[in-house]
Amino acid sequence: MDSYIFYGLAIVLLLLSFIKDKKKTKMALKKAWKAFENILPEFLVVILLVGFLLAILNPETISKIIGAESGWFGVILAGIIGSITLIPGFVAFPTAAILLENGAGYMQIAAFISTLMMVGIVTIPVEIKYFGKKISILRNVLAFFFSFLVALIIGMVVM
Amino acid sequence: MKKIIKRYRVFFIVLVAMLFLTIFNQQLGIKALRITGNSVIEMLLVIPPIFILLGLLDVWVPRETMIKYMGEGSGIKGVLLAIFIGSAAAGPLYGAFPVAAVFMKKGVKFMNILIFIGAWSTTKIPMFLFEIAALGNTFAITRLLIDIPGIIIIAYILSKMVSKKKVQTLYENAAKID
Repeated sequence: MDSYIFYGLAIVLLLLSFIKDKKKTKMALKKAWKAFENILPEFLVVILLVGFLLAILNPETISKIIGAESGWFGVILAGIIGSITLIPGFVAFPTAAILLENGAGYMQIAAFISTLMMVGIVTIPVEIKYFGKKISILRNVLAFFFSFLVALIIGMVVM
Repeated sequence: MKKIIKRYRVFFIVLVAMLFLTIFNQQLGIKALRITGNSVIEMLLVIPPIFILLGLLDVWVPRETMIKYMGEGSGIKGVLLAIFIGSAAAGPLYGAFPVAAVFMKKGVKFMNILIFIGAWSTTKIPMFLFEIAALGNTFAITRLLIDIPGIIIIAYILSKMVSKKKVQTLYENAAKID
């Protein structure tokens, strides 16, 4: 849905750029392609791994292990699952809603959603390419622990 | 050609492994390949405009402008801009890294780049609307309110934990990409 806005914006700006300066526009497109091709190998690996992970982990499996009674064990497990999976938001939120209906707890879901968005184990090769090993690993570790704080607060606020 | 094979080596290895898996466990393998196919389509739908905007930004916006608004000494203005640009973004987190590289090239302050990555990862506006619809107001708003300071604190810790020299190297690498 939101990608349409970006297409609109990209097309309008591209046209404006083309009217103003053909050569610069060509250069911009060349740079766009280069930036894309630069991470394509890592992209493809990540996408294959995600396909494999999602094939193993289905909603029923997830729901079984992160129920409301699973406590901190479930929260940590949910955090780990969120860290290694890479599900687009528009799939993740409805999935989370279904999991809640099927007995998952709010704290567990909060940990899952938070790590899902902030921690990316499978995308780490791409991240390292731009930020180096130290920062990439540290960022993911910090985000992982931060997610438990989020889970704790959500657990207190949402009943 | 040799260079291409070398760069895509890991991809080919994983792909062959997946095909082997499909021979031994057809159901699982086909499911995995189908999900992969969906992700490829999703990637092709979401990613082209991001990279086109990136290319245009690179060509049209001068380094001085970016430094002025988001570079060293840009203060709270730079932080807010980083949060806003990150939150307005679409697409998965890995789409943010090439944008970060262009920011480095344009002299954006390192902490602001880290804030941008944080915002892209978790406070995206379109996703926020999805979250409200699926999980309710309290859940989504509480999470957003914790996330904004969280992102800034994480960015601060990270920027303090790496040496200036290391950051310099990253910026030089980013400049080499094109």
